[in-house]
Amino acid sequence: MMEDTTRGTNYLNAEYGVKSWLLTTDHKRIAMLYLISVTAMATLGGLFALFVRLELLTPAGDLFQSDTYNKLFTMHGILMVFFFLIPSVPAVLGNFLVPMMVGARDLAFPRINLLSWYLYVIGAAFVLFALFTGGVDTGWTFYTPYSTSYANTNVIPAALGIFVAGFSSILTGLNFIVTIHRMRAPGLTWFRLPLFIWAHYATSVIQILGTPVIAITILLVAAERSLHLGIFDPKLGGDPVLFQHLFWFYSHPAVYIMILPSMGVTSEIITCFSRKSIFGYSFVAASSMAIAVLGFIVWGHHLFVSGQSVYAAFVFSILSFLVAIPSAVKVFNWTATLYKGSISLDAPMLYALGFIGLFTIGGLTGLFLSTLGTDVHVHDTYFVVAHFHYIMVGGAIMGYLGGLHFWWPKMTGRMYAETPAKVSALIVFIGFNLTFFPQFIVGYLGMPRRYHFYPDEFQVLNVMSTAGASILGIGYLLPFFYFFWSLRHGALAPANPWKAAGLEWKTPSPPPTFNFDQTPIVREEAYAYPLREAEVV
Amino acid sequence: MSDHGTAEGHALDHAHQFDDAEQQRDASTLGMWVFVAQEILFFGGLFTAYTVYRSAHPEAFAHASHHLDIMLGGFNTVVLIASSLTMALAVHAAQLGKRGGQVLFLLLTMALGSVFLGVKLIEYGHKFHEGFVPGPNFTYPGSEARYAEMFFSLYFAMTGLHALHMVIGIGILAVLVAMALRGRFGPAYYTPVEVSGLYWHFVDIVWIFLFPLLYLIGRH
Repeated sequence: MMEDTTRGTNYLNAEYGVKSWLLTTDHKRIAMLYLISVTAMATLGGLFALFVRLELLTPAGDLFQSDTYNKLFTMHGILMVFFFLIPSVPAVLGNFLVPMMVGARDLAFPRINLLSWYLYVIGAAFVLFALFTGGVDTGWTFYTPYSTSYANTNVIPAALGIFVAGFSSILTGLNFIVTIHRMRAPGLTWFRLPLFIWAHYATSVIQILGTPVIAITILLVAAERSLHLGIFDPKLGGDPVLFQHLFWFYSHPAVYIMILPSMGVTSEIITCFSRKSIFGYSFVAASSMAIAVLGFIVWGHHLFVSGQSVYAAFVFSILSFLVAIPSAVKVFNWTATLYKGSISLDAPMLYALGFIGLFTIGGLTGLFLSTLGTDVHVHDTYFVVAHFHYIMVGGAIMGYLGGLHFWWPKMTGRMYAETPAKVSALIVFIGFNLTFFPQFIVGYLGMPRRYHFYPDEFQVLNVMSTAGASILGIGYLLPFFYFFWSLRHGALAPANPWKAAGLEWKTPSPPPTFNFDQTPIVREEAYAYPLREAEVV
Repeated sequence: MSDHGTAEGHALDHAHQFDDAEQQRDASTLGMWVFVAQEILFFGGLFTAYTVYRSAHPEAFAHASHHLDIMLGGFNTVVLIASSLTMALAVHAAQLGKRGGQVLFLLLTMALGSVFLGVKLIEYGHKFHEGFVPGPNFTYPGSEARYAEMFFSLYFAMTGLHALHMVIGIGILAVLVAMALRGRFGPAYYTPVEVSGLYWHFVDIVWIFLFPLLYLIGRH
């Protein structure tokens, strides 16, 4: 990839050849394998989003048939949720950084780490097979009995793909938990850990305890389809609402698998570019764990109109409101960190600031949806679509891109070009809001999700949304160019280009295979800004 | 489970990412416990479905349960508990470095596991002949055939998933036997036997729940 004779041996030039990559057990190389594969899946998922937005440019369903449109939004959802958002930050940035941030030579189980990448690839292959042999039209939620008895599309290969990819996610979480527990450098106590690590620890807990439930559920869907086991189909005596309970028992916490790692990224970036320690370290750390725990007891808010008992709905509504508390703790503490900070607006910081604003909107509109009466009104409308895109795209992807910029010099040893990066951050922010803010309004006015035609009066808002999506697309394409450019032409990155605290910055860029020449010893708290002169390399 | 590869410049008794053998053993053990936690949730989905449907149709489940062979199920329970004992003895032999004991007890554990699977296969055969396999050919003598079919759906899903775990467990034990024959295990290094034992005991415990829930409904 990079011919670089000016510096010593590092993880990129230690070995050459395709085999040295495909059989590597180095967490940094596996992170790179993930970077390439999740980028490919996100590109494909983005393509489907483009088709959806093109169809919705006009009120008539004139570009695609209804059946085709159903497949487009289904594939968009499956690819983006299971094959991009869930692995994005943990499997790419987490894989690269968790061992470095705890001062370890690798994750606890390097071969299991490689296995989880292969499971991801196998899962993706199943889903791509489903896609190229006719697609799936159930929505990414696979609601029964449609998915088990009525859909004529490739439900089984898609379900198996998600099943296999689920174990990739479980094994990544397992590796992180063991590494964080057992492999911290001397002096690195729990409350000296970077908040990125706390966020990944909380994420891993959800991956371990949530993912197996979707795995068995989706397996039962496949079994009901193929072997006629009667679990969910009412014709066989089953209860489709049980499927919804089991599905959302994972898929609600899965939202926190997507957002928590990006929150960790944001904590790293905000402190670095404010030159200040985080405000209220222990509260930010604990709020990650609180989100992970609360996330498991709020799934019923997806079933307010599914015939769930009023009392259950009442309890789930209250519990859902509780998630706002740790989320708000984070937002307030990031803001307090900025206060009187020495702020510099580099590209990662622009993404992190964007994250805070967009996550706040996404989180606050979540409160509308946990309110019983309001949810009945906006259930299954574009209001919901806008809400979760503010969390997943405005939150999770902003954090992912911010982190990718922040650690790019560490990962590749090259600096990207700052000006186009800032421009693209701005374009993403503008394009994102233009795409999704009108969807709040059109959803509130009553436009349902998952239809490819709509009444004429909704057209203006939909045109705004499609125009915004085009701008957003450009914002996402730009990094491809300047990141690739930097690999060959970027300035060589010093060990610590941002003058950031944290162990990963105390080793060369790119790092040597075993990360550190000697095991580091930690003698101070996290985010000990401003750095002492001697530490600024 | 465990990584025991080595890298240049590091001692042979632990993998390169660890500082020492003790850290490696701690990590592997914790890793297996976390994996078992994951397994509990994996089976948990099925146990939830079972709980929901049994509480909705208690009579139908009790009647359908009477069509299971309590003798074979009980025999298998004893077999599995015995296999947990031999597994524990294999771990003990590994800790003491007794190669013969390791091989003997691992093979015994595999044998008992295979007996369990054989009996399970016979039971499945019976159910197949009696027409209790869910699907278009399902036939059931009593009333509430639809919910009896659901009972058998859960029966096959739960015991099938359990049996799959047994098969994987026996495969792991075969690898351990090969390692034991080469004298890999001793007081300084027995982690693979220990963590595989954790897995084996977990699979046994799942059966300890499955047996009463499936075979013993309304038999008191």
